Formats: sequence, structure tokens, C-alpha cells
Amino acid sequence: MWPNKFDYVRAGSVDEALSSITDDGKFLAGGHSLLPVMKLRLDAPEQLVDIGRIPELQGISANGGLTIGAGATHDAIATSADVQAMCGALASACGQVGDQGVRNFGTIGGNIAHADPASDPPTVLVACGATVNIQGADGSRSVGAQDFFVDLFETDLKDGELITSVSLPNCSDCQCAYVKFPHPASRYAIVGVAVCLKMDGGACAQADVAVGGATVKAVKCAGAEAALAGTTLDDAALNAAAEAIKSDISDWLAGDIAYPESYRQQMAGVFLKRAVAAAQG
Amino acid sequence: MQVAITVNGVVQERDVDPRTLLVHFLREELDLTGTKIGCDTSQCGACTVHLDGKVLKSCTLLAVQADGADVTTIEGLAENGEHHPMQTSFWENHGLQCGYCTPGMIMASAAFVRDNPGASEGEIRHYLEGNICRCTGYHNIVKAVKQVADAAAGS
Repeated sequence: MWPNKFDYVRAGSVDEALSSITDDGKFLAGGHSLLPVMKLRLDAPEQLVDIGRIPELQGISANGGLTIGAGATHDAIATSADVQAMCGALASACGQVGDQGVRNFGTIGGNIAHADPASDPPTVLVACGATVNIQGADGSRSVGAQDFFVDLFETDLKDGELITSVSLPNCSDCQCAYVKFPHPASRYAIVGVAVCLKMDGGACAQADVAVGGATVKAVKCAGAEAALAGTTLDDAALNAAAEAIKSDISDWLAGDIAYPESYRQQMAGVFLKRAVAAAQG
Repeated sequence: MQVAITVNGVVQERDVDPRTLLVHFLREELDLTGTKIGCDTSQCGACTVHLDGKVLKSCTLLAVQADGADVTTIEGLAENGEHHPMQTSFWENHGLQCGYCTPGMIMASAAFVRDNPGASEGEIRHYLEGNICRCTGYHNIVKAVKQVADAAAGS
């Protein structure tokens, strides 16, 4: 399948990319979200500005927290010793995206700009309190991941804005995990749950929980978090959290003929328990 | 747009429409039809090639994105007239039925064993999630890859 015709511009810097983009243009990094969409004619931008070679967008740096360039590939994130140490759940989620061929070229910036509800990294970014750093013609701004994801394939990005990096706090003192129920054919998440637990002795001082796959966007789950915080994560707390998470996501549920909304809602509780167990393991 | 892509060791300069996918460039511009188009949605792996040594689904990259890169296809895997060990192993283990997925399977497996000598059967099966054999002939494919992985670990 051929994509539509478009004008192609290769940008050497962020400034050049921002000054080149037109009203009907899109930024192209790895292309592993955008090109399939274009080939299916779900989108037909008139211009592509290739940002895949911009040095400022590359690299992963650890300095108190993590700063991941928007052009970092899923494979680079999954195999980064810094990411594994500071946010193991993100390394795990990026290692579960697609397959090796996709992970070698797909980027975190492209992934979150695309905002596929069944993708893995957004769920961890929302749970772990990531910040999306954005640059536009009028300057730069930062948005919390929770506010960045607005709805199905919809983000807070405005026309002409470019994601430059994603920042994460250092989670090395937390117990964090991402667990998903993959679709048996596509491996996309039917349900994905990310947890980040701050433990104080045997008790959970703070819990951060997010769900994706079952929902039209990655959703932060305050009810489940409250049910886990202050407990020893015993069975009663886990059962209460598994019940609460159903209400947390009830406004955002997604479903299809094989895995309807009610089923995914139920599975969110099951996979929350598995995520807590994985985080503690 | 003018591109210069090194394919199987030879620099290929062409003027391409920017919407040309790398797999089209390989098959239609260079007549390298060993690389197949299967699902055309980056799921099946029939179009797998190496780009700068990394496994890539060539239906999901524009040729202009590969400008300046080094691409290896199934036609370039043999060296000095000798089959790559993965090609030999697929032959010896009959790792194919209809053969359509075979070039992609071999390209993906060759890169995998290069990076993971001694890989277990479980690791091989997990890795090959990105390559689909519609004949479901996985048993001998995995056997073929395992033979090369074992040999690589022993050397």
C-alpha cells in the first residue's frame, strides 16, 4: 500500500523543524505509528517534516530523574541501564511494544503523539508521573502525562508543536511494574496496568496506578490508589482496589466484539493484582 | 528526491518519490524481489531486512528515511558464494513450507542469533513473534534457528 503524496522536508534541528511545518504537515520520526496510518489512508498529511536525524531529540540522560529524548527508540529505552534502574516499569513496557523490528525504529515521541489507547508506554508514563516537554513556534511548555492524553488518539499537542522529550522522576526507591493482557494475535494490550508503590517497611505509603488498553486513553486511578495506600497490600486491600479500579475507569472504557467493555473492566482488577505482585516480586 | 542507499554493499543512487517505501525501492527499483510484501502493516515480517545491522520491517520505512544507510537483504546475506549459516540451517532442517515468509524469517533470525548466541528455544519462539508463517511451519523454523544458536554459543 502506498501512502498519499506529500512534500518531504528533512529537518536538521528543532528550530528548522518548527519553521518548516505547515498547517497540513506532520512530523515524521521512526514512522512506525504514522506510516501505517497513512498507508491505510486514515490520515493523509500534505507534508512530512522528517525529525529522525535531529541530534537534540536523541539520547537518554539520568540526572536526578530521567530525560528521554523524543527520538529515543523503544529498544533504546528498554535496554537502557539508566531507565531499568530508575523506572523499570517503563523499560518493561517499551520492551513489550510490537516486536523487535518495530522497537528498533519506533520512538517514544511518536508513540505518545499517536496516543493509541492500546499502546504500552503511555500507561506507565501516567502512573509514574512523567512530564511531556513540548516546543512550538511560540516557545516551550511542559504538560503532565495525565493531562497530555486527552481522549482516543487525542492529545494536548497543538498544531505545529513538537514533543522534544519526556521527563520522569527517579523511581528507583519505588516498586514499579507494568503488566498487560496482550491480544493473542496483535499483542496490543487488551488491558495494561502500571503501578508505582512507595513502600515504608511493610506498608504502602503511596500508590500510583494507571490503566490502558481497557480504556480510550491511559487513565490514572485515584480510587485504587486510595485503597492501596496505608495498607500492607494484603488481600483485603487488593480486593478493595480491584473493585475501586472499575469505577476509576468507568467513564473511559473501550471494547470490541471479542473483548467487550465489561470484560476489560473486570480484567483491570485482575491485572492490578498481578501488577502489584510483580512490583513486589 | 535523490537518495543514496547502500544495498548489499553497493551504493544505489536513485531519484524517488518521497512516498516510496523501502520495500518498494528494493523490489521495484532494484529488482531485489527476495524481500516479500505480506501483510503490509508491519505485523508479519515477510519484508524484514537489516538497516545498519538492525532488523527492520521495510514496509514501514520510507526510502528517503534510509538515505545514507546500509541495507542488507536476503540476496546479500551469503558471503563469498557461501550461504550464511542461517540459510544453511533452514535448508538442513527444512525450515519452510511454502517459502513466502522464509526470507524475513532468515533475516530476523540471523540478526537475533548474532546478538543472542546460545538463545533458548523459548527465547527464539518469543523473538519470532514479529514473523508470521501462514503455513504454521514454526516447528522446523525454530529447530533451524536453534541449531545456529547452539553452534554460535559453542564457537
